[in-house]
Amino acid sequence: MSYLPYALAAWILLVGLYGVVTSRNFVHLVICLSVAQSSTYVLLLAIGYRTGKKAPIFTSGVPVSLGAVDPVVQALALTDIVVGVTVAALLLALVVEIWKRSGTVDPNALRRKQK
Amino acid sequence: MTVRTRLVLFAVSGAGLGALLLWGLAGLPDFGHFAGEYGRLLNSAAARERHVTNVVAAITFDYRGFDTLGEEFILFAAVMGVALLLREARDDRERPYDEVRSETVRLVGLSLVGPLVVVGLFIVAHGYLTPGGGFQGGIALAAAPALLYAAGRYRALRAASPTGLVDLAEGSGAGGYVVTGLAGLVAGSVFLENFVDLGKTGMLAAGGTIALVNWCSAFAVSAGAVLLFHEFLEEVMYPE
Repeated sequence: MSYLPYALAAWILLVGLYGVVTSRNFVHLVICLSVAQSSTYVLLLAIGYRTGKKAPIFTSGVPVSLGAVDPVVQALALTDIVVGVTVAALLLALVVEIWKRSGTVDPNALRRKQK
Repeated sequence: MTVRTRLVLFAVSGAGLGALLLWGLAGLPDFGHFAGEYGRLLNSAAARERHVTNVVAAITFDYRGFDTLGEEFILFAAVMGVALLLREARDDRERPYDEVRSETVRLVGLSLVGPLVVVGLFIVAHGYLTPGGGFQGGIALAAAPALLYAAGRYRALRAASPTGLVDLAEGSGAGGYVVTGLAGLVAGSVFLENFVDLGKTGMLAAGGTIALVNWCSAFAVSAGAVLLFHEFLEEVMYPE
């Protein structure tokens, strides 16, 4: 079972992509994209985990020699969470504009309108 | 493309992608047995080299500070994109009056605004000592004006965060990061070199430039989030 967390990341990615493919609403689509994106956090943090080790924060009293889980993948995930939120906001702003211009947020209906 | 063909196409390509992923992931080290030298080295070196106790913050704002600069500019660009798409000249119009009617919600919500600001500042300030940092604290700080709207009224949010001030904080947060990097180039030899006195480990005055770019990120993140609240709430308040 030691590969289960990795398989979970793959599953989250695929579920998110399924949502993107079948989406009937752009807002829903943006959220699905965020779900797919969050699979990278699960993967990164799962890779960096070391059994029995604590967080890489050595406040007074925690000896450095004890070691910790990998801090590099945590730094990668941490900045991306905030950036991911703002990029989702940009996509949602585009959805607002689509709604204003075409009166629909359904990708299929939008295609019909264009014809 | 009909929904049906799209689904069939996804079933095939999704299965292929899933198989490829599982195949690739099976080549990774067992869960819990990661032996990356880079992380191990930084864990043992960060406190000694940079006088900070939070290794993640040391990586985010120093060892891989250049990455974070890129991330921050993605954030900056995304927020500016939202402003570009949604911002319209409406400032001459009367702000809507949408005060929360429930006394309880107002009392509890508004009395939490002050503590939330303090918690946000605490998370930012101690970012390189304890869990936290500019990104997390910045978001916590932005929650305070959001609460002003949720428990108070929209005009309170706008009054507490004038657009000019938010734009200034957003710009100076992103710009300050670059300036710190350039100062490192001037004072030392490379971009973002940690040239400031490192101070004493475990104290707030430690970490050199880590503290500076930590605050720059906090400004950029919190101002960015508040700017997003403004633009989206404006859409709700003034429907076309």
